[in-house]
Amino acid sequence: MTTKRPSGRKASEMREMIAKVGVVPNADGSAIFGFGNTIAIAAVYGPRQLHPQHMQDPSTGILRVNYDLLSFSVSDRKKPGPSRRSQEISKVIGWALLPVLDLKEFPNTVIDVQVYIPQADASTRVAAINAAALALAHAGIPMKDLVSAVSMGKIDKELIVDVDKDEEDYEEGEGATDFPIAKISNSDEFTLLQLDGKIQPELIKEALLMGKEACDKIYDVQKKALKEFVK
Amino acid sequence: MSSMETSNLTREFLRKMFIDGKRFDGRSLLDMNDIKIEYKVSNKAEGSARVKLGKTEVLVGVKLGVGEPYPDSPDAGNLIVSGDLLPLASPRFESGPPGFAGIETPRLIDRMIRESEMIDLKKLVIKEGEKVWAVYIDIYPINDDGSLTDASAIAVVAALKDAMLPVLDKEGKVDYEAKPKEKLPLTKGVLPFSFTFYKLRDSILLHPTREEEEACEAKITFGASEYNGKIVINSCQKGWEKTLSLEEINKIVELIPDKYYEMEKKLNKLFK
Repeated sequence: MTTKRPSGRKASEMREMIAKVGVVPNADGSAIFGFGNTIAIAAVYGPRQLHPQHMQDPSTGILRVNYDLLSFSVSDRKKPGPSRRSQEISKVIGWALLPVLDLKEFPNTVIDVQVYIPQADASTRVAAINAAALALAHAGIPMKDLVSAVSMGKIDKELIVDVDKDEEDYEEGEGATDFPIAKISNSDEFTLLQLDGKIQPELIKEALLMGKEACDKIYDVQKKALKEFVK
Repeated sequence: MSSMETSNLTREFLRKMFIDGKRFDGRSLLDMNDIKIEYKVSNKAEGSARVKLGKTEVLVGVKLGVGEPYPDSPDAGNLIVSGDLLPLASPRFESGPPGFAGIETPRLIDRMIRESEMIDLKKLVIKEGEKVWAVYIDIYPINDDGSLTDASAIAVVAALKDAMLPVLDKEGKVDYEAKPKEKLPLTKGVLPFSFTFYKLRDSILLHPTREEEEACEAKITFGASEYNGKIVINSCQKGWEKTLSLEEINKIVELIPDKYYEMEKKLNKLFK
């Protein structure tokens, strides 16, 4: 099949990835993760005592995620402050990370994950998840595994990996489908699935398998960043 | 709130029932709940519907106004889906600014309606780049007994099918008193439905009651419609803290076409 990707990438070809931990000295853990021109910076603070006190849970620590675009990260300036979109994404990022965390050892505390996008070229929530997972590991929070995330997509009839903005806006044929996923890095358990577009059920299966392969590559990049830090 | 949380005892009991494929109301795990639709909930709304899904009840109103198009879509009308979890509907809902629970359902339905192209937004342009119709869809639960997203989605589709386009006066302002002549332009043959599947350990169920829903540990919502004679998925979102395996996702996705046609058959009798 001839590729239609505006960038000329092959269907399963991802953009160049960057990953580095320890980028915010004040934080207990931090990381930067990028897919091409999409960059996410994550910082972890905690576990620390949760205020107000009535929100504390004596049976477990809680995870609080705040995701947003910086105002200058997109072409039309994004009005600063939380939106319905950023609230939704913050929530699903939390759900994507929780399955690898065991916060039972930190009763009455909160772990704050702050993740911001200084430069956006689509796939920002998955870049944010990859950065946040690294920052949590860097903070020394007990984790069963890492979480790796990628945006799968479909332009017209073709499945693609790591969607950029031109692809997200693709209008010809069946148009664009954006299908961000996250999984526990060393298992087939999925922690985030979102989708917008038009995709046949059988192609979802195929996209998940392609996504799995992509997540393996992302995991290698994440592991390398953590190893470099340990050195 | 804590007094309303599901006890481990209830969860364990439901888990065992689900393994045997049983539910308190006699349905099988993937059986849909009873659906009832009424129209003309408000004569001031351009379209409205009241949907009952089991004991869950939702009111949806469609209002039309004129506004400026969004910069990225000068040639299309605007779609704005909102809602509020009214404290009227449940002791669990509280007054105040909407938290995540309040924005989750409207956003899921927004994406289902938008991506399925049920509303022909291109026909809602009054003057390209300057003036377009804005379709406001507002969702209010009246009684929450679980499956709010799926119940709301049915009500939204019913209210849109009911909606009329008001007339504009000579100055180009909306005349809400004049009798509308046209229906809201919808794309022929496009009827999106929402299916939220809930998981408790290894069991998957559809249209849970509040008690069942609260015992569950993961959920996944799909918006589906027909496109070129085949079922396509228009939107999806996994929710909650537990994972879904590759196998579970594939199993759920395979169920969707059959569930879609079952729902279509049921609702074609109830829609106008």
